[in-house]
Amino acid sequence: MRILSIALNTFRENLREKLLYNLLFFALLMIGSSILLSRITLGDYHRLILDLGLASINLFGVLIAIFVGIGLVSKEVDRKTIYTIVSKPIPRYEFLLGKYCGLVITLLANTVVMVAGLLIVLQVMDVPITSLVFKSLALIFLELMVITAVAVLFSTFTSATLSAIFTLAVYVIGHLSGDLKEFAKKLDEVSQMVVNAIYYTLPNLERFNLKGHVIHHLDFGMTDMALSLTYGLTYSAFLLLLASVIFQRRDFQ
Amino acid sequence: MEHSNIILKTAGLRKTFKVGFWGREVTALEGLDLEVKQGEVFGFLGPNGAGKTTTIKMLMGLIYPTSGQAWLFGRPIGDQESKARLGFLPESPYFYDYLTGLEFLQFYGHLFGLRGVTLEKRIDELLELVGMSHARHLQLRKFSKGMLQRVGIAQALINDPELVVLDEPMSGLDPVGRKEIRDLILCLKESGKTIFFSSHILHDAELLCDRVAIILKGRQVACGRVSELIDEGVAHSVEVVIDGLSPEGLARLRQLADRVIVQGPQVLAVLPSRQQVGPVLEIIRGAGATLVSLTPHKGSLEDLFIREVKNKQPELREAV
Ligand SMILES: Nc1ncnc2c1ncn2[C@@H]1O[C@H](COP(=O)(O)OP(=O)(O)O)[C@@H](O)[C@H]1O
Ligand SMILES: [Mg+2]
Repeated sequence: MRILSIALNTFRENLREKLLYNLLFFALLMIGSSILLSRITLGDYHRLILDLGLASINLFGVLIAIFVGIGLVSKEVDRKTIYTIVSKPIPRYEFLLGKYCGLVITLLANTVVMVAGLLIVLQVMDVPITSLVFKSLALIFLELMVITAVAVLFSTFTSATLSAIFTLAVYVIGHLSGDLKEFAKKLDEVSQMVVNAIYYTLPNLERFNLKGHVIHHLDFGMTDMALSLTYGLTYSAFLLLLASVIFQRRDFQ
Repeated sequence: MEHSNIILKTAGLRKTFKVGFWGREVTALEGLDLEVKQGEVFGFLGPNGAGKTTTIKMLMGLIYPTSGQAWLFGRPIGDQESKARLGFLPESPYFYDYLTGLEFLQFYGHLFGLRGVTLEKRIDELLELVGMSHARHLQLRKFSKGMLQRVGIAQALINDPELVVLDEPMSGLDPVGRKEIRDLILCLKESGKTIFFSSHILHDAELLCDRVAIILKGRQVACGRVSELIDEGVAHSVEVVIDGLSPEGLARLRQLADRVIVQGPQVLAVLPSRQQVGPVLEIIRGAGATLVSLTPHKGSLEDLFIREVKNKQPELREAV
């Protein structure tokens, strides 16, 4: 209940953030622009619209998660609003979970708007809307949940700016991690260990990327779906646990 | 076990911070021992940087003590159950400025599981109590400092706490605002609450407190009833004004007085106590000067405070 109160207050705070609407505006602009692009493209415009649409939702979701998300905890500490919460009978981890859930609700609302935009475009351009599109969207949202957990983790112990940089880095490396393993094979033993360590600690975000499947009509079964879901949720839970442990020990100065 | 009427207790409470690149240690609080009893208004006094906020933050579970212990309601600090019986107003409070007065109090009410009509009623009462009923639909960003302080106190009272902890509740307010907060504190005391507040304005404390503790650079230098502290410490200094005192007389006067101010033919001297009055009168008679006035001065906490600062400073310097 208390977690929900904090989550809803966070959601309300996010809704009064101008940056959110700017990002949302650009996302819709990009999704919509695929209509124009497909007019001037010869050949398979279905592919272009889907590719661009899904990529926009992913990218802008991540930007919202990072730039709205990193302020979540550090802003409360900097502005000392956290003083009146931690002094109430609320365990610190509940506060953290509340902030996390609040941002996830914000992301859900934004994703719904962006998805509605995409579906309209697909409908208008006569692109078939398959179940794969929805699976792909679900995994994109899961990825956002993981990224948000990363942002919350960083913001429990560093400044907002550093959290943003670190989270962005995790996002980029997380998508390259397949290449990372290939890359490691070419290195000497010590470097190989380091690169492998990075590979196994950072999230493998390519697991949540179904754009290839959607475009090439490759099947992605329910088992695969369940696996990715389990992976994403477990990974987020672990990050939040770690964040709680760090947050619990912190002095609010 | 703790004695049941002791609401707040600290034993050897100490806090150091690491500062700068090399992690140099600064001691913000050095072994504090306090006891606050049920139903009293307790003033926690000291100049800026004395360690008041540091102490309060430890009591509220915002930072962890380096060593020592503290209890609220007989339970170690950080305990969730004792936090439920507590209200807290932070120093120069910052709040969610995108909320209106009403939304703000609703949020804190929800954190205590208050809802519906019960919460509405409670919020109405509190806004009335702190004189903010007119601002229920105004966003906090448009509040003045005094309004924030008041809505902050309302926030601290939302759970009808037994102990109210206020960090510098009167700083940054004009005299009228300070008086209103003082009245509010007395009103809370009347309703049976225990109040622990910090202040660097001694005058406020003098009018309000049953007991006070004074800290200086992290060390406690005095603790007790205001009247006793003043009587023991600085009672009955005397101000004399003398006309036409000779230079020899002036030299002798300087030895007896705390302070001497020469203004033309007149001399104003502050004597530390009544004991110096006799000898000073003799000086006047001997020098053929006239006594213009003699005013016994009722001591104030401020005098005590200045004296403590003077007394302790060499010792503190050694300690550093
Ligand atoms: N986070 C911190 N890091 C380093 N020093 C601190 C910190 N907080 C307080 N201090 C130091 O501790 C001392 C006490 O500060 P504080 O408790 O805020 O005093 P007060 O509230 O009595 O004005 C000051 O010298 C201050 O500089
Ligand atoms: Mg202070």
